[in-house]
Amino acid sequence: MPVQVKLPTILRKHAGGEPKVSAEGATLRDVLDDLETRYPGITKNVRSDDGGLHRFINVYLNDEDVRYLGSLETEVGEGDTVSILPAVAGG
Amino acid sequence: MSDRRFTEEEVQRYSRHIILPNVGGAGQRKLLDSSVLIIGAGGLGSPIAMYLAAAGVGKIGIVDFDAVDVSNLQRQILHTNADVGRSKVDSALEHLRAINPTIEIVGHDTLLFSTNVFEVMEPYDVIVDGTDNFPVRYLVNDATQFLGKPLVYGSIYQFEGQATVFMPGQETPCYRCLFPTPPPPGTVPSCAEGGVFGVLPGVIGSIQATEAIKLITGEGDTLEGRLLLYDALDLSFQEVKIRWDADCPVCGKDPTITELIDYEQFCGVPARPE
Repeated sequence: MPVQVKLPTILRKHAGGEPKVSAEGATLRDVLDDLETRYPGITKNVRSDDGGLHRFINVYLNDEDVRYLGSLETEVGEGDTVSILPAVAGG
Repeated sequence: MSDRRFTEEEVQRYSRHIILPNVGGAGQRKLLDSSVLIIGAGGLGSPIAMYLAAAGVGKIGIVDFDAVDVSNLQRQILHTNADVGRSKVDSALEHLRAINPTIEIVGHDTLLFSTNVFEVMEPYDVIVDGTDNFPVRYLVNDATQFLGKPLVYGSIYQFEGQATVFMPGQETPCYRCLFPTPPPPGTVPSCAEGGVFGVLPGVIGSIQATEAIKLITGEGDTLEGRLLLYDALDLSFQEVKIRWDADCPVCGKDPTITELIDYEQFCGVPARPE
């Protein structure tokens, strides 16, 4: 099932500069896997080496932090938007 | 409620606030009786400080350690070409006094560390974070939580900005509920590496000034519990929820961070002087 994935500036270089891309999957894990297949390297800083989610980059399903849903097992559906949000410090 | 009487000059200067519903004379008195500390006199700090000075916040503190560089002028509208080479705090004080000579403006020409942050923050009601690096952002978050002061957060990168309000205490989120620890060095580029769209801090800093004023006057709904995301390229705003994390290392049920931490420099900030 296709979902929209909103990319932060820092990850757009992996996706040809696109701010928003489509990916498929029934869970967030599937979506990230599909994203990585389409755009190699894009999830390198989203997932840690043990396969979990890094704590300095948050992932939201619509407006909810996936940590409060099911983390990587969070179910996603058509029409959902996944947003990837890194900590930024500029001022 | 303050029984302060406006001077004739104040009635004229703040007339557009005084006649405005949801500010009014009562709100303007609160502003004049309030104090705000602005961390950083750079891209975010410029509009924050200029609007809060213009609005009549009675006492404004400005923290910065840096000097004005010509590369700052593309976005740091508090400083002018004539200020290049001068301390940012000196430049800020002069320009803010030119905007509003009737309020108190205090300069803190220093870097913030665990050793001085409490002392610098202590006299102020509201803290506004306009710094440009992770070590100070975590220090400021933790210090405001420990001191029980509200924090107006804003940060920017290239074309994207984030803003929210963190209130002290349990049951309300802090920055560490959102991002518990700083990113490892090298995973996130600094502004100097990534560049920054010059108008971007004007948008985010103005939102921070808005939230500081609302915290003081008590009117409206602040961004507490909501992270506002702005993308200047798409010209889109988005909101996501920030929840209080019971496992937060600072404001959770069983805090593991109970003292201030000086993180090592890793994104363009000078190392701590020995």
